[in-house]
Amino acid sequence: MNVFSIENMNLWYGESHALKDINLDIEEKSITALIGPSGCGKSTFIKSLNRMNDLIPNVKIEGNIKYKGHDIYSPDVDVNELRREIGMVFQKPNPFPMSIYDNVAYGPRTHGIRSKAMLDEIVEKSLQNAAIWDEVKDRLKKSALGLSGGQQQRLCIARALAVEPRVLLMDEPTSALDPISTAKVEELAVELKNNYSIIMVTHNMQQAARISDYTAFFFLGELIEMSNTDLLFSKPSDKRTEDYITGRFG
Amino acid sequence: MKNKKNLFENSIHAIFLILGLITVASVILISLYLIFAGLPAISKIGLKEFLFGSEWASTREDPKFGILPFILTSVYGTSGAIVIGVPIGFFTAVYLAKEARPAVKRVTISAVNLLAGIPSVVYGLVGMLVLVPAIRKAFGIPDGAGLLAAILVLTVMILPSIIKVSLTSLEAVPKEYEDGSLALGASPTETYFRISVPAAKSGITASIVLGVGRGIGEAMAVMMVSGNAPNMPALFRSVRFLTTAVASEMSYSSGLQRQALFSIALVLFLFIMMINAILNYFMKKDKVD
Amino acid sequence: MGNSDFSARRKAYIYTMRFLMIASSVITCVISFSIIIYVLFKGLPNISWELLSSKPSYISEKIGILPDIVNTLYIVLATLIIVIPLGVGAAIYLTEYAKSKRLTSIIEYAAETLSGIPSILYGLVGMLIFCQFLGMKTSLIAGSMTLAMMNLPTIMRTTQESLRTVPMSYREGAFGLGAGKWRVIRTVVLPCSIDGIITGCILTIGRILGESAALLFTAGFAHELNGLVKGLQSSGASLTVALYVYAKEQGEFEVAFAIAAILIILTLIINFIARALGNYFKNRGSN
Repeated sequence: MNVFSIENMNLWYGESHALKDINLDIEEKSITALIGPSGCGKSTFIKSLNRMNDLIPNVKIEGNIKYKGHDIYSPDVDVNELRREIGMVFQKPNPFPMSIYDNVAYGPRTHGIRSKAMLDEIVEKSLQNAAIWDEVKDRLKKSALGLSGGQQQRLCIARALAVEPRVLLMDEPTSALDPISTAKVEELAVELKNNYSIIMVTHNMQQAARISDYTAFFFLGELIEMSNTDLLFSKPSDKRTEDYITGRFG
Repeated sequence: MKNKKNLFENSIHAIFLILGLITVASVILISLYLIFAGLPAISKIGLKEFLFGSEWASTREDPKFGILPFILTSVYGTSGAIVIGVPIGFFTAVYLAKEARPAVKRVTISAVNLLAGIPSVVYGLVGMLVLVPAIRKAFGIPDGAGLLAAILVLTVMILPSIIKVSLTSLEAVPKEYEDGSLALGASPTETYFRISVPAAKSGITASIVLGVGRGIGEAMAVMMVSGNAPNMPALFRSVRFLTTAVASEMSYSSGLQRQALFSIALVLFLFIMMINAILNYFMKKDKVD
Repeated sequence: MGNSDFSARRKAYIYTMRFLMIASSVITCVISFSIIIYVLFKGLPNISWELLSSKPSYISEKIGILPDIVNTLYIVLATLIIVIPLGVGAAIYLTEYAKSKRLTSIIEYAAETLSGIPSILYGLVGMLIFCQFLGMKTSLIAGSMTLAMMNLPTIMRTTQESLRTVPMSYREGAFGLGAGKWRVIRTVVLPCSIDGIITGCILTIGRILGESAALLFTAGFAHELNGLVKGLQSSGASLTVALYVYAKEQGEFEVAFAIAAILIILTLIINFIARALGNYFKNRGSN
């Protein structure tokens, strides 16, 4: 089953044509890695999937982006509902300046859950799923800004999980983290794919090779190729992919 | 569901748009009120007679409404304050920005902040009871209240504006400029005045223009020390400013006299708008530099 | 090297400039501190409990400034209640909603223009609009509305500055969870910029306490003691206006100095709070 199928997608920032004719399907309950040199459009692409690009002025998008068969840019889509189903974890950990508890409860509260008991349960479950519960359970009321960078990122994952999304978009989630924290987040991603579909932008090819099921290579706004991760890294079908993964540029 | 949410977000957007436009509405409202309240008397008296008439006798049987004395008093008074205040403010700002030790800087800046915070009626009171008698004694004149006292009070009142705006601008001068000069063997003091000050000249000019605006617009303190007689300005003569001309007769005025007061306000407003435009020009320039 | 005439000239220049800088700074400090000490010295001895706690009476020929204190309090309260929603709202519009650069610069130019208009003109326009056109008569509420218009740019600017420092990533995080725009602003953006709003309020309180020209024709001169609702509807002198009247019209200099001392003390307190808050917020920001 595909969660996303993208057909003939084009995107412009004002005059500049940032994504060119993208066609791509994304498989459910798997990790899809998006790789490519800086400025190749992979971050822009992932931000189109939950319409975070709406926040940037002068963005124009053409083509079809279907989430479970439904065009997400069609006028009857409620953006807030869409973003609830398609969660996002950002490049730099961005916990709100509130307590750990309030950070995780922010999403459920946004979507109307008021009951304390229910919130408690959601917060605990989300923090457990993000593998950070044991580290923070004694200081839920403390500010989230006191956590280390790696903990903050896992908290942000917990925060995203708390609204029970189907898809998790991760925009270079480990680029600001040290190796140990990175390993933890990677481990977590592998565990999460049992229940969620994960799309992850990464700069780190080893990371893509280690944890992803599928890999897509972007270059200068184009999708060069996408296939099974093992296949892409062992037998790339395009010369540019080969040059990139063997470190000849980027 | 979605439509309801959209309606909600759109109404909130609309509310904030309205709140955002209130400043614009206020400016328009103020301008229109001053223009409509101010024009009738000017058209009755005649523009030339009003602006250039040198006699103001609003309550006489055969009233005269010439505001040249007020205009000149405001111009002389503000210029006087600028001539004395700008050098003091300028040198203080350079000292604070570049030379002063942190402790000295802290104390001086709090002194400046205090000056800025003192209410104008308090300046007026101190002026009335200290400055005016001092001038009377020093120059042996019957009454010390007049243009000189007003100039001195205004000088003190515009100091904080001049110091603060110049200081901000001087502190924003990139250190590399100064390093370049120091590396060529210029002393720190030479560097400050030959490199930093020219680099901050738009900001310093803006501070002076701001001081002019403050000076022309001040009413209460000036009213308490300037004597308030509608004379042509002279240093030791009792005088009336544009601002105090409006304030001093408003409470008992009626008819053409009252309308003429509104016309004075309009003239003052035009002065201020002109100063604002100049100020804006230099402020923008300072940001670009 | 070796040109002694040249280096003597340089030295003279340096010494002259240094002398002028130090002399100017000393003058500034001396003026500031001597005004404050003089006013406190002349005013503090005249502050008595009786003065603070009673109202003036022509029969017993005594002067009390309680009504003026109460009026000032009412004016501060009413002005803040009016100006905070307006100023904060305008700032939110500019930083969170406005897309058109033209409109933004028009609004900002309008705010700058407002802050350049002298208070005597505000008094006049306030009298025309609020007292006469809107029929509020000379009253504290008319005075407060005038002051609200006058202080709008201050609240707007300080709020705007602190809204701008709220990291974009907070907004993205909240949007990413499916929060609507208003919810993001209310629950994430505004709480982060509360320091700017408070700073703006403190600055505004300081300006209101010191304002007189704008209140002369809008709030009036009465020294009656009223409750809040009645007080707002009736004419009343603030401390500054009372000072002016006692000094200029009645020659009651002792009372005037007492009020001046109170105003100076309030100014000192406001300056202190503003600085303390500034430091507090700066420290919190760096953590």
